[in-house]
Amino acid sequence: MPQYILLLREAPSDFSNFSPEETQQIIGEYVAWRSKIQAEGIFVGSNKLREEGGRHVSMRNGKARIVDGPYSEAKEVMGGYFIINAANYDEAVETSKGCPHLKYNGWIEVREIEPVPVPAG
Amino acid sequence: MIATLTRIFGIKKLDQVEDAVQDAMARALRLWPYQGAPDNPTAWLIQVAKNRMLDQLRRDSRLTETTDEVEIPIVGEADAAFAGEIRDDQLRMIFICCHPLISEDGQIALTLKTVGGFSVSEIARAFLAREPSVAKTIARAKQRLRDFDIKLEMPPPDKLPARLESALKIIYLMFNEGYSALEGEELVRTDLCHEAIRLCELLAGHPVAGAPKVHALGALLLFQGARLAARCDAAGELLLLSEQDRSLWDRAMIGRGLGHLRKSASGDEISDFHLEAEIAACHALAQSFEDTDWSRVLDCYEELLNRNPSPVVALNRIVALAKVDGVGAGLIELNKLTEDRTLRNYYPFYATRGELLREAGKKSEAIDSYQKALGLTSSEPVRRFLMKRITDCGLRIADCGL
Repeated sequence: MPQYILLLREAPSDFSNFSPEETQQIIGEYVAWRSKIQAEGIFVGSNKLREEGGRHVSMRNGKARIVDGPYSEAKEVMGGYFIINAANYDEAVETSKGCPHLKYNGWIEVREIEPVPVPAG
Repeated sequence: MIATLTRIFGIKKLDQVEDAVQDAMARALRLWPYQGAPDNPTAWLIQVAKNRMLDQLRRDSRLTETTDEVEIPIVGEADAAFAGEIRDDQLRMIFICCHPLISEDGQIALTLKTVGGFSVSEIARAFLAREPSVAKTIARAKQRLRDFDIKLEMPPPDKLPARLESALKIIYLMFNEGYSALEGEELVRTDLCHEAIRLCELLAGHPVAGAPKVHALGALLLFQGARLAARCDAAGELLLLSEQDRSLWDRAMIGRGLGHLRKSASGDEISDFHLEAEIAACHALAQSFEDTDWSRVLDCYEELLNRNPSPVVALNRIVALAKVDGVGAGLIELNKLTEDRTLRNYYPFYATRGELLREAGKKSEAIDSYQKALGLTSSEPVRRFLMKRITDCGLRIADCGL
């Protein structure tokens, strides 16, 4: 089964102003979505990317150029990612649609992961 | 959570504790979608909030150059022990919140906020109050705790009975607030009832605080609470006890109520809660409104009236009396109450009178009473109920060609 990565993008401050009961409710929605895709065998793995720190590394004139994140001034950051099983893009998109991230002003980039060929023999 | 952390850091740090818990929740919101919720979410949140508090205290102590050591008990390893610890912390917190130095409003609001985890806006919605005034009430209550440096511990044995009394009163008020007011958001109000039941059962389960009357209150609240889902019809219109679909009553809650009722009988003291619980049990166990053991209900109301001559209890007694001795006898007793000043502006008095008159076939007098009741209440569901009664009576008069 092909695998897809869901890159969860969001504006950095989007979650900061929720009241305790809202926070609890949103956590509940995420946990429910996660359990659902786990139960359906869709879920492969997920990771949260640390918000503090971060570096941009590039080459300029043969020298490494390193710029510090955090990107708190940036319009959007990648909060984390999920890897899922899906037969095709339609299925992968369908799974993403259920993710509460979309409800709270985030957006999701869906990309198919190129499978590593299994060596013959 | 707040109760546990307040025990660790002291009541003076209550505001910081609340902020730390909020931070921990925000952190959970960032992590749990990706990492899944931990096995014991509460322990996780407490740990994170505790670390926040420690960081902050270290920063503060560096600023003020004090070397106060904060002693941190290790959060219990075993989950069962941990659950017990949280339960005890919450109990201590209830007793703190019900401290006699705090106003009654303050006691309820602070209990809901710190023990129940309700937000200010939820409390405001539940009590139909404005948010800023609830916030102010809570701030004032906290200030009192700080000013008098009240310790987060169980009250000493000699003070326990009095404090238990006020804790029970607060729980009773909390439940009534959720149960009897018919406006506002249904969900929040139901939460209020369930929180009152939870706190009462928490007290009931404690070896020292679990006096028989705590069980009696628990039984009362559970029997009443079992009817929450049946109080309105599908259209949201109010239903009287006689009109409710009894199959909607929560059997599990009634069962728990009976357990508490049994335990309430262990002492030699009979409290008002005992009598009220017994009345509620009569209703909860009756197959139908007609099958209710009305003479027992009447006995209980008479005993309540002897102990505490309140016109409201007297009114309830008459409802039971009308069932036992007939509507006529009820009306005669009711007329004796007409003189009572307290009842003059109490809409249930006229609504009850209307019901009895209607049953006695005195429709036009019934309409008069319903109209008086209508003039005394601003609750929309009650008003709709009364209007419906009036048109019911009116239509029949029209049918009779009067």
